Amino acid sequence: MTQELDHATRVLAEVAATGGGEAAVAVRRTANALTRFANSVIHQNVADETTTVLLTLHAQGRTASGSTTLTTPDGLAALVARTRAAAALCPPDATWPGLAPPTPLTGSAPCDEATAGAEPAVRAAQVRAFVDAAGGLSTAGYCRTTAHVGAFANSAGQAVTGAVSEAGIDGIARLGGADAVARDAAVRVADLDGAVLGARAAGKVRALGDPVDLPPGDYEVVLEAGAVADILENFGAHGFNGKTFAERRSFAELGAAQFDPAVTMVADVAEGGLPFDSEGTPRGRLALVDAGTTAGVAHDRRSAAEVGAAANGYAVAGSSWGPFPLYLGLEPGPAGGAGPAHPAVDPAAAALVAGVARGLLVTDFWYTRILDTRSLVITGLTRNGVWLIEDGQVVRPVTNLRFTQAYPRALAPGNVRAVGGTPTRVPREWLGGWMNSPALHLAHWHFTGGAAG
Amino acid sequence: MTEFEVAEAAVQGALDAGARYADARVMHRRHEAMHARNGEVEQLHQSEDSGVGVRALVGSSWGFFAVPEPTTAGARAAGRRAAAIAAAGAAVAGPPTDLTPGTPAVASWASACEVDPLEVPLSTKGDLLVGVTAAMRRAGADLATALYEVWDTAKWFVSSEGHRIDQRIRECGAAMSATAIGEGETQIRSYPGARGDFRTAGWEFVDALDLPAHADRVAAEARALLTAPACPAGETTLILGGEQLALQIHESVGHAIELDRILGWEAAFAGTSWLDLAKLGNLRYGSPLMNITIDPTIPGALGSFGFDDEGTAAAARYAVREGVWTGVLAGRDSAAAAGLDYAGSVRADGWARLPMVRMTNVGLEPGPHTLDEIIAATDDGVLMETNRSWSIDDRRLNFQFGCEVGYEIRNGRRGRLLRNPTYTGIGPVFWGSMDMLSSETVPYGTPNCGKGQPGQIGHTGHPAAPARFRNVRVGVSG
Repeated sequence: MTQELDHATRVLAEVAATGGGEAAVAVRRTANALTRFANSVIHQNVADETTTVLLTLHAQGRTASGSTTLTTPDGLAALVARTRAAAALCPPDATWPGLAPPTPLTGSAPCDEATAGAEPAVRAAQVRAFVDAAGGLSTAGYCRTTAHVGAFANSAGQAVTGAVSEAGIDGIARLGGADAVARDAAVRVADLDGAVLGARAAGKVRALGDPVDLPPGDYEVVLEAGAVADILENFGAHGFNGKTFAERRSFAELGAAQFDPAVTMVADVAEGGLPFDSEGTPRGRLALVDAGTTAGVAHDRRSAAEVGAAANGYAVAGSSWGPFPLYLGLEPGPAGGAGPAHPAVDPAAAALVAGVARGLLVTDFWYTRILDTRSLVITGLTRNGVWLIEDGQVVRPVTNLRFTQAYPRALAPGNVRAVGGTPTRVPREWLGGWMNSPALHLAHWHFTGGAAG
Repeated sequence: MTEFEVAEAAVQGALDAGARYADARVMHRRHEAMHARNGEVEQLHQSEDSGVGVRALVGSSWGFFAVPEPTTAGARAAGRRAAAIAAAGAAVAGPPTDLTPGTPAVASWASACEVDPLEVPLSTKGDLLVGVTAAMRRAGADLATALYEVWDTAKWFVSSEGHRIDQRIRECGAAMSATAIGEGETQIRSYPGARGDFRTAGWEFVDALDLPAHADRVAAEARALLTAPACPAGETTLILGGEQLALQIHESVGHAIELDRILGWEAAFAGTSWLDLAKLGNLRYGSPLMNITIDPTIPGALGSFGFDDEGTAAAARYAVREGVWTGVLAGRDSAAAAGLDYAGSVRADGWARLPMVRMTNVGLEPGPHTLDEIIAATDDGVLMETNRSWSIDDRRLNFQFGCEVGYEIRNGRRGRLLRNPTYTGIGPVFWGSMDMLSSETVPYGTPNCGKGQPGQIGHTGHPAAPARFRNVRVGVSG
């Protein structure tokens, strides 16, 4: 038995000894380490190790949840007492969906012990390689390593454990007021190459000199992995969120051909993340879009019960945001031919650039915010490099643009010209893990103004 | 073993391992949040976390390590670990990081709190949320939600320079919203703001919000918005309500004056700033009506404290005075790098995160008018209220905001409701166009400011009042 599962079973025993009830206990031990650099110097180098115990208790028809980082016997007993007292004072919970039944795991992502225990020198070496490869340009970014060890047990008999590791590098090179980015993520920190990424960021920023302003309007675009990751992030958070779906605030209509046939969007436990959620439901491979047809949404037990579906492993502990897919990705398209070997172009996007008559190559989207959940209209800006493409060639850099775009319309039937053949793992900023993002070639993207006004 | 002894052990561990400066925060935090939906409690969650975070300075790098449930031995080990982590930065080193001189305070501070929000019975709090969501449903909302959140934070700070400070800060607030769902879009109205409103105060603040009094109104307005005409596109005179102006200040002034951004320390993620330190004291940021203060001493505002998280006593200063940029949000390291002699704006999101430059209370001093006077003085324009969306570039110049509701202003009177109002602009141009400002200031609280890697959530305050801006582009749509 792992230490985390031991914590969970101790809490269950305490619940049973103090009045019983339906109880679910999720324990997660997280070791975060992040080495951050700016102006080509490591300036912040941080690490923490925290174990969090989450108890959900349904007793006498009422529900409450509580969490603690105090894992001593007294700390765990206090968690139970506090949560029981809170539940007793809550109104009856008429929509309690019950506990997850005993169910075996359906898959898991690997865990690399060397990454889980990586010393700061390992991360510093990756940063050193990034900085050196940038050839004297100013650089900034991070290298991070993370390990999650999880356990879940409930009073219905479900008991599962898991462990995963993750590493990521995300950095920019800076020149003349412009920035360009390169990033990657992996299960093993040894699979990352700071030198390759530093050289790519430097090559891109050197291609950003003397940008021109373009008028707003609809443009054909090739979106590189970072911009595609933003699209995935917003689809996941809002559109394929089981709670917004149950509340009819999502665009998603199951079984409807809402996307271009080239679009298949999946969340897959084999990519990464613990193989179960905070309710103990195993997480497998979830198809959200299958060849253009909306096929599923992420559910916890409550949202699933509300729409008569099955929970699929995306409960989020202690949050009211609702369940959303993790390790989301677009299935890559067929391998394309050679594209332009221009320093502005990520090799994973080159074949798509070759197919553009006149359009824009976009590296990243930035500060995207939703105007309306149902239509999934988003506003945001480009960042870290935009170039004009003519006749399949990158011809000049362009200043940043603001857009206002309905994301479902961007991936609608007929608007997706091609999906890149090579996905890039784009590390996520807030929740860890990554998005599996191939480049996208879209017929239209609605830019509403230049960033300069 | 006291919390101070734990913090002292952490600092000593870091010094013994080679740090030339170290500080440590022992923190104990309780959080409670309840969410209700359509007349039922949807979720009640209570959390408790406790630990020590120690910061060590070696060469050009901070090292930081945090552990829960510290003993003195564990804290000492954490201090050694922090120093070792800092030392690893030598692989990519720069000039040694300096700290602007600080006064090693020995002090205790607590925020004012009349009614301890964690002592208010859950049944009372539940009844409030259940009641207002049921009322909004009855009044026509397709989806009615409400929430409250409470934080109770105790922290003990010790530094190698002799700081020894304990603080207890209690914060709370509430929110409610009504959503009307149409065929192709949703409309939402919220009170008291899109993210609610929060203060460094007790439950008396939530009582004063009087959520029930607004339930029928927000539900009716959300439903009416579904059939309201869209906000027309074009350039016009824009009047902003105070809650929206608070976020405008947060995004286009507060973040822009963060010294770590100006120095490029946040360039890779949060971004930089359009501000150039060489122009501090001379650069025109806005019209002469624009007086922005950095003031963590405002009683009850969400960004208030006695001392920041590196021990600098709270003090007020101007960031913009009569439209000219005069000050920044700084920490002791960034101030030293910039050659400034003040700090005081460094905070951490809990014991497990490195303190960094954060907004405190960044707000607009009151003007001479009232909202009614501003409307009466406007022949043709749009009034927008309650933030719905916000987006700004990485230099904090180009912004686009959406609001929940707009009103046509014609011949000095408030006219028809307008749906999907948006406006866009460039910070100094926009602020330069401000020609009327109300005196009806409210210190709005923002509990969800994201920054840093790993990400941290900050609580900030923004005194703001309605104001008028000329020649603003509105009605941007997809």
